[in-house]
Amino acid sequence: MAATFLIPTVLRTHTGNRESVTIEGKTVGEALESLVKAHPGLKPHIMTEAGKLRSFVNVFVNEDDIRQKGNLKAPVKSGDEISIVPSIAGG
Amino acid sequence: MDLVGNTPMIEITRALTLARGQRIFAKAEWANPGGSVKDRAAARMILEGERSGRLTKEKIILDATSGNTGIAYACIAAARGYRLRLCVPENISPERKSILAALGAEVIYTSGQDGSDGAILEARRRFESAPAKYFYPDQYGNDDNWRAHFHSTGPEIWKQTRGRITHFVATVGTGGTLMGAGRFLKKQNPAVRVIAVEPDSPFHGLEGMKHMAAAIVPKIYDLKFADETMYVSTEAAHESIRKVARTEGLLVGLSSGAALAAAESVANRIARDRKPAVIVTVFPDNADKYLTERFWKES
Ligand SMILES: Cc1ncc(COP(=O)(O)O)c(C=O)c1O
Repeated sequence: MAATFLIPTVLRTHTGNRESVTIEGKTVGEALESLVKAHPGLKPHIMTEAGKLRSFVNVFVNEDDIRQKGNLKAPVKSGDEISIVPSIAGG
Repeated sequence: MDLVGNTPMIEITRALTLARGQRIFAKAEWANPGGSVKDRAAARMILEGERSGRLTKEKIILDATSGNTGIAYACIAAARGYRLRLCVPENISPERKSILAALGAEVIYTSGQDGSDGAILEARRRFESAPAKYFYPDQYGNDDNWRAHFHSTGPEIWKQTRGRITHFVATVGTGGTLMGAGRFLKKQNPAVRVIAVEPDSPFHGLEGMKHMAAAIVPKIYDLKFADETMYVSTEAAHESIRKVARTEGLLVGLSSGAALAAAESVANRIARDRKPAVIVTVFPDNADKYLTERFWKES
């Protein structure tokens, strides 16, 4: 199941400047795990040491907040777009 | 406009265990009519725009903001009869969106993926495509932003501490607070140390603050001005906020939490040298706009 992660501008230094990364996974948790395995520099920015999402990070599958869809167990289908957004923007 | 500034200074005692001789004070900036420190800068930028003739009634006020400056502009624009157009990242808190809508501001939401820099670029693009239509204060590049603090925040701190301040700790977004109050305080006493506080990562949840190394550095912010920069994690700010709520009975905002966490480290460091200190920081806003955040429910 290939889904696309949209990478926030400020984190693109960890993906070789790529705006999006295609990842396999049946759930958001699996997809996130593959994402940080492929781009380890991302991990401390979005996950805690224990592998949970940091509390201010929101993950959306298409338009849906995964916290309403079973969290890391939320299903991912081929062609889905997953975005990672901090709950609040700075500046 | 007369209500802007002259905010109370609160001593933080119960939320921290400080060594003897260490005192921490914070300016309660939510006492401003728009609910944040940004009233000071917005009021001065608008008044100077009027005085210089660049802001007239046919112009639309345009700027980029993550919220508080927008709310400040919206109050002033409503009271003085100006149209206002704001470029704002779509991931600001729902409370902020409601406030802006209630005040009648026109809001252009930019992608949350691009953060506050995306909003800045959008505002610039709109201004450049129709410069005659807009008054574009550009809070990131407007000297009246830091001057507002040079003429109000700085003098208030000097007076409220009766000149006894030793350290000034401020979070940076545009850098207006730090540069303006910092310059004033160093002019009164060059020994006052100025400490900037930034998020520890470019990807953070500290509204209003910027991680300069990965952002468009504001023109008014001199990276070499502060004596030191401290980096605070979003989680450390959350921890401070919960402590202040539960021991002082004050509901403060995210950057206030970051400011207090930094002030506490400064105090602990000075205590190791057995020196006294009067540390002053700024609490830019309160928690009214952050009550739906998840961190309140953690430990
Ligand atoms: C909540 C909050 N904290 C801190 C700041 C930073 O203040 P300054 O822009 O003066 O650096 C802002 C400014 O946008 C803010 O809204």
